Amino acid sequence: MPDESIAEARRQSEICNACRYCEGYCSVFPAMHSLRAFSDGNIARLANLCHNCRGCYYACQFTAPHEFDMNLPKALADVQVASWKRYAWPSQAAKIFDRAGVAIATALALSIAGLFWLAAAVRPEAGQGFYAYMSHEIMLSVFIPAFLAPLVSLAVSLRRFWRDTSRRAPTLRGIASALRSAGRMSNLSGGHGDGCNFEDEDRYSNVRRHLHQFALFGFLLCFASTCSGTALHYAFGIEAPYGPFSLPKILGVPGGLLLCAGSLGLAYLKTKADPNLGATNLWGGEMAFVLLLFAVSLSGLVLFAATGTSAVSWLLPLHLGFVLAFFLTTPYSKMAHGFYRLAALAQDAEIRISGDPLTTTPSAQFGSNSEDNSASGK
Amino acid sequence: MEPSKIPDKIDVLVVGGGNAALCAAISAREKGAEVLVLEAAPKSFRGGNSRHTRNFRCMHSGPLGALTDSYGETEYLEDLLKVTEGRTDRELAEIAIRSSESCYGWMRERGVRFQPALSGTLSLSRTNAFFLGGGKALLNAYYRKAASAGVRISYGSPVSHLELKGDRIVGADATIDGETARIAPRAVVAASGGFQADLEWLAKAWGPAARNFLIRGTRYNRGAVLRDLLDQGVESVGDPTQCHAVAIDGRAPKFDGGIVTRLDCVPFSVVVNKLGRRFYDEGEDLWPKRYAIWGRLVASQPDQIAYSIFDSSGVDLFMPSLYPPTRAESIEELAGKLGLPAAILASTVSEFNASCRPGAFNPTELDGLATEGLSPPKTNWARPISRPPFYGYALRPGVTFTYLGLRVDRGARARTSRGPVENLWAAGEIMAGSILGKGYLAGFGMTIGTVFGRIAGREAAEHAG
Ligand SMILES: Cc1cc2nc3c(=O)[nH]c(=O)nc-3n(C[C@H](O)[C@H](O)[C@H](O)COP(=O)(O)OP(=O)(O)OC[C@H]3O[C@@H](n4cnc5c(N)ncnc54)[C@H](O)[C@@H]3O)c2cc1C
Ligand code: SF4
Ligand code: SF4
Repeated sequence: MPDESIAEARRQSEICNACRYCEGYCSVFPAMHSLRAFSDGNIARLANLCHNCRGCYYACQFTAPHEFDMNLPKALADVQVASWKRYAWPSQAAKIFDRAGVAIATALALSIAGLFWLAAAVRPEAGQGFYAYMSHEIMLSVFIPAFLAPLVSLAVSLRRFWRDTSRRAPTLRGIASALRSAGRMSNLSGGHGDGCNFEDEDRYSNVRRHLHQFALFGFLLCFASTCSGTALHYAFGIEAPYGPFSLPKILGVPGGLLLCAGSLGLAYLKTKADPNLGATNLWGGEMAFVLLLFAVSLSGLVLFAATGTSAVSWLLPLHLGFVLAFFLTTPYSKMAHGFYRLAALAQDAEIRISGDPLTTTPSAQFGSNSEDNSASGK
Repeated sequence: MEPSKIPDKIDVLVVGGGNAALCAAISAREKGAEVLVLEAAPKSFRGGNSRHTRNFRCMHSGPLGALTDSYGETEYLEDLLKVTEGRTDRELAEIAIRSSESCYGWMRERGVRFQPALSGTLSLSRTNAFFLGGGKALLNAYYRKAASAGVRISYGSPVSHLELKGDRIVGADATIDGETARIAPRAVVAASGGFQADLEWLAKAWGPAARNFLIRGTRYNRGAVLRDLLDQGVESVGDPTQCHAVAIDGRAPKFDGGIVTRLDCVPFSVVVNKLGRRFYDEGEDLWPKRYAIWGRLVASQPDQIAYSIFDSSGVDLFMPSLYPPTRAESIEELAGKLGLPAAILASTVSEFNASCRPGAFNPTELDGLATEGLSPPKTNWARPISRPPFYGYALRPGVTFTYLGLRVDRGARARTSRGPVENLWAAGEIMAGSILGKGYLAGFGMTIGTVFGRIAGREAAEHAG
């Protein structure tokens, strides 16, 4: 990745490596301090380990106007986005990251319009519940590819990322540890349990951590709800809409509520946080993504509440439009972060357990970047 | 803060915005005083040298938070007596040591978070409690605590004069938001650090060589208040000509390079001056024990510069440096890149190599691998410098702090020859010379500032109240 963002993150990592004061905040620093020199793959892994909790920015004695101009959260966020672009598949799609906001809006407009058109043009002759408005076959013919294509794209991307950053295949224990860490959001605890710095400069708080957990578990519950619906449909021949005490609803309603609360809260925090500590030019795209999650969950809940009324005729394509746009943009939006994060966490865990640095390319020899690669400023 | 927003009634004026100042301000406020903090630096550079710290030395009778095992009063005092060679005020030293244990909880309650010793400093895990995120994180917590408790804080507000009349400070002159202001506090805590950032003052004490020194900490500790008080007859303590200096990367910025400019390569190298000649035993003792003398050694070489030269067998033996070392395929090429006389450097290195003897090399302890017939000798870790690539760092003296300060009593109150100044207290670096008359004990600066900052704040509030 002969990329400016890598060079800048390397410059800052070298300063951190001589300092180490932030070692206790998160897993980025122990991983960093175990290295003496940083290959591009090392930097990409470190970047994807960073949760942008900002602890290390507010604690750093070398932030601007100091000439070292440290801003590690931003430097790593920029590398993160650069790595998602680098590994994006198909490669042309990398450009989407740069215009994530526009991309999401466009995907939304097209998805919603398309589903309304489908609903109007191929209105089923017969059908119960939702299928009175759109046939099951049509839904499937849209959503199966819309679900699988992004997964394939992500899988290819992750494989590329993994190959550049690790010499060995993923291990079960690494993945298990990554899942545990993500579930607890332990890297947002600040190391002391008081949480991260985000919405109010250097004040520690667990609010972002908890909202993220709401969103994460809400999302997983919604996803489980959809899966259970599919299972009911095919395995048991029970069709949507499902009653309030059915599995899809028991999972989906709390999931929708959690996702709603989590995404709205995260969007609010984002308006409070300093945009200069996040990735360059990504604020709008990230905001669009969080709001899209909110729209998915809210429209889902409203659709549930409106079951049996005529509003379903427009609520259904609207909700499905949100979901479709979400699926389509997943590999090229902020959603990608979750997958890369898991991969980086799994590698980090494996390195810690096995002591094998997993290095792919021999890391640049100390001093090989010569003296003119001075760390004294940009 | 605009001068117009300065309240009329100020019980305690705290001069400075580092650890000692904030401990004093919070303590005074907790006693109910109206407190104003005037910090010379802008907000982005608030916190003086304290922002560069990482730990404080803490007595404890058993495992305490992040601290392992125990560290008793006797051992602590012995450590202090060893480094100061007895130049310490025994009474104040004992107060600092005994009170350090209660500081741990006090600091935690006010938002400071601790962590186990940093990698590479495990030798300190028993004696020193490390701040999670370092000194700036500690200061952030204190500034938050102070602000929420109602302490008023004004940045970019240097104090130039504390007017002493008889045995009282009757007024303070400061520049606040570009305007001069006169303040009449009931009590004053001077916590404005040493004078090491005033190179002219250093040059007066040290000679012109001092202009080549690098200042490891803040550029705002210029000793204005110290000078002002000494000029008015407030009593001093500590050697006015001495400063604590270590050898740091010669490419470091003039001010505020902080901890990252540290170099730990000396024991695995030969160190030459700009003439290409060695001048001291690089392997005298383990590096943490010799770290501090090298500032002075380099300071006494021509142009206050020296060069640490080593080869590929040494490059991974010490903590990574801020800037990569200069690298070359031969000693002559390295000399060229560093601006050293090539022929002399080559002969210095080959003479050194010829005096090395076979034996077991062990970088983590005194291995006794010494040169033979070389002057000055290298008494440990002496291995030939022969495996390319070769590396070099330029070293310069980096000043940590100065020793000259105000004499205080056990209540942290300053005095003149006529007796105590009724309403003037001093805390931190500005009075540390009483306790640290010589040398340095890692983590003791923050202990002194915390202990005497708390005492000064409390006493000042009581006096004002
Ligand atoms: C790189 C480095 C690392 C260190 N690491 C450690 C460590 O790990 N542990 C340790 O115990 N010690 C350490 N020390 C020493 C430690 O920094 C000092 O002992 C300690 O910070 C002194 O605290 P203080 O509050 O007295 O002074 P400072 O923190 O220096 O604060 C002085 C304050 O006064 C302000 N000021 C100066 N003049 C004026 C004026 N005229 N008007 C108003 N305000 C003024 C300054 O802006 C500053 O805010 C380190 C020092 C350095 C340089
Ligand atoms: S972010 Fe700053 S304080 Fe933290 S480890 Fe890096 S250089 Fe040190
Ligand atoms: S922003 Fe937070 S997670 Fe990222 S490196 Fe800094 S402390 Fe670690």
